[in-house]
Amino acid sequence: MRAFSYDRPDGVDAALRAVAGQAESGSPGSAQPPVKFVAGGTNLLDLMKADVMRPDRLVDISRLGLDGIEETDGGGLRLGALARNADTAYDERVSTRYPMLSKAILAGASAQLRNMATNGGNLLQRTRCYYFYDTGTPCNKREPGTGCGAIGGVNRIHAILGASDQCIAVHPSDMCVALAALEAEVRVTGPRGERVIPFAEFHRLPGDTPQIDSTLAADELITAIDLPPQGFAAHSTYLKVRDRASYAFALVSVAAALELEGANGATIRSARLALGGVAHKPWRDREVEAELAGKPASLETFRDAARLLLREAKGRSHNAFKIGLAERAIVRALAEAAGVEHP
Amino acid sequence: MSQPTGSASLGHAQQQPAPPPPDLVEVTLTINGSPKTLHVAPWTSLLDALRLQLDLTGTKKGCDHGQCGACTVLVDGRRINSCLTLAVMQEGRAVTTIEGLARGDALHPMQEAFVEHDAFQCGYCTPGQICSAVGMLEEGRATTDDDIRELMSGNLCRCGAYPNIVAAIRQVMDAQATDAKGTDAKATNKAGGPS
Amino acid sequence: MIAKPTIPDLLDQSPDRPGAQIGKPVSRVDGRLKVTGAAKYAAEFNTPGLVHGYILSSAVARGRILRMDTARALALPGVLQVFTHENRPSLPWFDRRWKDDDAPKGSPFRPLYDATIHHALQPIALVVAESFELARYAARLIHVEYEADPHQTDLQAASAAAFTPGKDKGGFEPPPKPRGDADRALAEAEVSVDLEFTQAVEHHNPMEMHASTVVYHNDGTLTVHDKTQGPLNTQTYVCNVFGLPKEAVRVISPFVGGAFGSGLRPQHQLFMAMLAATTLKRSVRVELSRPQMFSFGHRPETLQRVALGARKDGTLTAIIHEAVQETSQTENYVEVVVNWSGQQYKCDNVRLDYKLARMDTHTPLDQRAPGAATGVPALEIAMDELAARLGMDPLELRLRNYTEIDPNTGKPFSSKELRACFRQGAERFGWSRRNPVPRSMRQGRQLIGWGMATGVWDAMQGQASARARLGIDGTLTVGSATADIGPGTYTAMTQIAADVLGLPLDKVSFQLGDSNLPMAPLQGGSWTVSSVGSAVKAVCDRLRERLAKLATGLNDGPLKGLKAGDLDFAGGFLVARSDPSWRLSITEVMRANDLLVLEEEALSVPYYKAQMQHKAGTHSAVFAEVRVDEDLGTVQVTRVVSAVAAGRIINPKTARSQVMGAVVWGLGMALEEETMTDQRLGRFMNHDFAEYHIPVNADVHDIDVIFVEEHDEVVNPLGAKGVGEIGIVGVPAAIANAIYHATGKRICDLPITADKILEG
Repeated sequence: MRAFSYDRPDGVDAALRAVAGQAESGSPGSAQPPVKFVAGGTNLLDLMKADVMRPDRLVDISRLGLDGIEETDGGGLRLGALARNADTAYDERVSTRYPMLSKAILAGASAQLRNMATNGGNLLQRTRCYYFYDTGTPCNKREPGTGCGAIGGVNRIHAILGASDQCIAVHPSDMCVALAALEAEVRVTGPRGERVIPFAEFHRLPGDTPQIDSTLAADELITAIDLPPQGFAAHSTYLKVRDRASYAFALVSVAAALELEGANGATIRSARLALGGVAHKPWRDREVEAELAGKPASLETFRDAARLLLREAKGRSHNAFKIGLAERAIVRALAEAAGVEHP
Repeated sequence: MSQPTGSASLGHAQQQPAPPPPDLVEVTLTINGSPKTLHVAPWTSLLDALRLQLDLTGTKKGCDHGQCGACTVLVDGRRINSCLTLAVMQEGRAVTTIEGLARGDALHPMQEAFVEHDAFQCGYCTPGQICSAVGMLEEGRATTDDDIRELMSGNLCRCGAYPNIVAAIRQVMDAQATDAKGTDAKATNKAGGPS
Repeated sequence: MIAKPTIPDLLDQSPDRPGAQIGKPVSRVDGRLKVTGAAKYAAEFNTPGLVHGYILSSAVARGRILRMDTARALALPGVLQVFTHENRPSLPWFDRRWKDDDAPKGSPFRPLYDATIHHALQPIALVVAESFELARYAARLIHVEYEADPHQTDLQAASAAAFTPGKDKGGFEPPPKPRGDADRALAEAEVSVDLEFTQAVEHHNPMEMHASTVVYHNDGTLTVHDKTQGPLNTQTYVCNVFGLPKEAVRVISPFVGGAFGSGLRPQHQLFMAMLAATTLKRSVRVELSRPQMFSFGHRPETLQRVALGARKDGTLTAIIHEAVQETSQTENYVEVVVNWSGQQYKCDNVRLDYKLARMDTHTPLDQRAPGAATGVPALEIAMDELAARLGMDPLELRLRNYTEIDPNTGKPFSSKELRACFRQGAERFGWSRRNPVPRSMRQGRQLIGWGMATGVWDAMQGQASARARLGIDGTLTVGSATADIGPGTYTAMTQIAADVLGLPLDKVSFQLGDSNLPMAPLQGGSWTVSSVGSAVKAVCDRLRERLAKLATGLNDGPLKGLKAGDLDFAGGFLVARSDPSWRLSITEVMRANDLLVLEEEALSVPYYKAQMQHKAGTHSAVFAEVRVDEDLGTVQVTRVVSAVAAGRIINPKTARSQVMGAVVWGLGMALEEETMTDQRLGRFMNHDFAEYHIPVNADVHDIDVIFVEEHDEVVNPLGAKGVGEIGIVGVPAAIANAIYHATGKRICDLPITADKILEG
């Protein structure tokens, strides 16, 4: 951990003033912004101890409020950015109207970490790539231009979709996979006022700038995450495959949500599908979702969808198994969401 | 690929002096029921403040990165990893560590149960396991043994005492349930004598 | 001084004897200290003026340091010193001075000795500062330039130059000479299997990270709190390396937060803390980070081949076991994984071959059941495959080839109740209800498999001493310089002492972890009860003998004229066996003889002659049930029954915990634990608890431990063989065999992670 100063502003405006000027005209910022917000601390302090993140100044936003869970006018829910992950997952409105989200949150981390981590912080988690964490190795995300250690290295946990020749890291969040499937919106505030970022546009692919995880500017603050009214409570699930039964990051995870219609709900009216552990961001494929619409809710349909979604997946030396795994996990999750027998 | 080096700060910065260590700040916490005023640098974790400044070494450092649970304490009654929060961030909060669970000579029922069920060997993860278990019962989300296993999975035990840990927690849970069914007056014996 | 171990006779092992404490499932005597946080570990001895060291680790795997710029670190107020190979004080040149009790043949690693880099993550500098955080910060300001040389960390490639080691490490014999002609017998066998195995690198990862606190006293003497499995090993090492007399260094390590072998050798944080303390004349603490826990010894990566030949009736006709393991460039770490394959089954044609390959890694290090935990699973998976090809029940195959003598040496076993383990374990598990056909058991989408395997470990004994002091109030203090890394040594020794003298447990205290106490060997290899327990028994026997003499010599006493053998010791009394109403308390005996204290010290030595004539070992039968989700590659171990024959069990409660914990280790070995190397960087990559997976609570379900009754008069005067290792040995194979039974997939590469199930 490098030397840094600490302060705890008493309001959102004061917090924003602390980060003002560190983003050029709202650009997503650099790998090492000098001022960082801290709330739960579970990822930032971890990375600071590992010398991966090296801010000069920490601005503690944990007491700014912004921790409520409220109804929105449109019939959805607004999750405060500073509400704790555990409080969100166990909130009765969340668990009954958005069970897939509760399940995803509870599949992540540990009970202690979920008690600390905030919703906004969950979105801003950084990758668990070994090379990113190990300052004795090259990593374009940590030190742009040094190369990607994982390409040609140990890459069992790395991306099979949307990777670049600069970075094959994956986003580690479970919660975000469900939020992607739900088409949540991220509300942010900053020197240019408030804006709403559709979830699909919040995280980004690595491309040539893997040091930038999201489209949030370094002078902006997440204030809330809005859930739309459609929670797919009747037909949704979150499936996580990992190397041990708990307290491990996903090899592959699937958030699957369906609207069914027709006799006994035999036909898919609409579908949402998001994958975790496979890409630099929660992976959604609208083409696949569109393909599912109107099809019978059957294993055959699900298998076709899984194959289509993974059509451009690319395996590396250690992670090729994830392609087949993802395919089967998608089928399993869709079948579970639909209530279709899966022999 | 560039040649990795032992230092992450290279090149031009080499000639510049590094920023000095941060100044100490005053923080007041309630530790095991007593107010304590500390002078800590912002970079001091709650864990290190407990272990080094307050000599409360019962809270353990098993990884310092939130990956093992040995540092679990209760802050305002909720279990957290004390390694991943800064002491300054906990200003004004009430921290309960393993040293604060017993009442005099009377062990907390969870401590009793851990001894009785031999729910540890080396003992290093034990304070974190016990604080975590106390926090879990407070949360009230566990019903089955599988729930206990899942909700206690944030506490690694390299000695592999897990089945005994589950048995110990189960005993306390059952005793609390029995208490709750009994007289209300006795129902909140969380910090009292043996169950 | 050497104790004769037979008086009084404790061969009556009934826990119902008068005064009995051995065999009782008592709770740990140090339990209260551990559940209240009062037990202090190496990094928890705080002292005024304590300063903190932080280690900087190498980024390259092999080469040399060209330049280190420490100016920015040193410029920070509060940074006291940065130690490197350039400014270190003079250190000994001879290897002998760097050796420790567990060192194999070769040159031990010398931290900060010169500019040479031997392995990735090698410690290359120590920053000492007024606070931990400052030391860590300053370490990041050090600029290092390296010249990297080509490295070799690929065992497959390195094995081309593998060599046959000699007897290069204590406790491990080279393989026996071949018996018969195994290759020919294999070629001619009616049924055969020939399998290749890989075992991944595993790191010990005790929950407590390695740490040393060196307290510097004004007179220049030092108190060292070290994470060690042997305080005397620590003391000898630091005295030799730093040229100090033993009187100047006292090691006090009353609690050790797990070790599993990692504390058998002094690790570099000890050297670093000593270096700083002696140079700066300050009290210093150095604690490794979790990633740095991957910077020293580990269970070595291993390549194996096991080939078995048999007649159609299951009689083994050929056993071939070949293994190549990694070692460092400088030391020959051996654990001879193949030897148990010559010992487990009756077979006329056996060839065991063991080689080492040099790699640019730190020297490997004993890890729970070193050798057996790697080699026996390979044999036992091959046996399962043989059973499958024979169409024979795997348990029946093992019984068919059961041996009452050790075929490697021709010696009888001192005791071997493995048949009883098979019988009781199978019955408890319900093995007879197993459908032998793979993929025949299913529940929903889960394939269910039942597998079994045999475990074996050696029963060993070393010399040890103990000191005892009995007060007139009937309180007894016994001590020996052993450790308690978690097995329950405090408790077991307390029970042994209390048992011999018939005292209540609360009148007895046992001291360990202090170099001022009498000599004890390293705690490892399951031999602490055998070695130190025998010394405790011996010294208490002495006291018992003296008390008996004093009591029966009292002219007007009720026990006058009786012989020692006529007395029971129970409840703090000496009691006439013929008429228990004739009794004297210990206090009465001592008062009548004007004695305030009785003190004794005794050295216990093994029954060398009897032990030379026997092979002594622990045995187990392990049965496992798995549920495999074949779509997702996940495995859940739902049930394990481990039936263990380990002689007399001093404390069934703590012994059960040890075996249960070892089952969890076996589960980790079978399914999860693997340190992965980036071959281009020569570096372990998943070096933390997030990505090096050890089992969590949710991975572990029913574990049933059975201790089979076993009587042994050869292993030691207690008849107790120790249970620290035996619990892990059979587990990986039992799980792998259960996965085969569930899926029909024979996976020989451990750990069996999801990718292997999916691709297998």
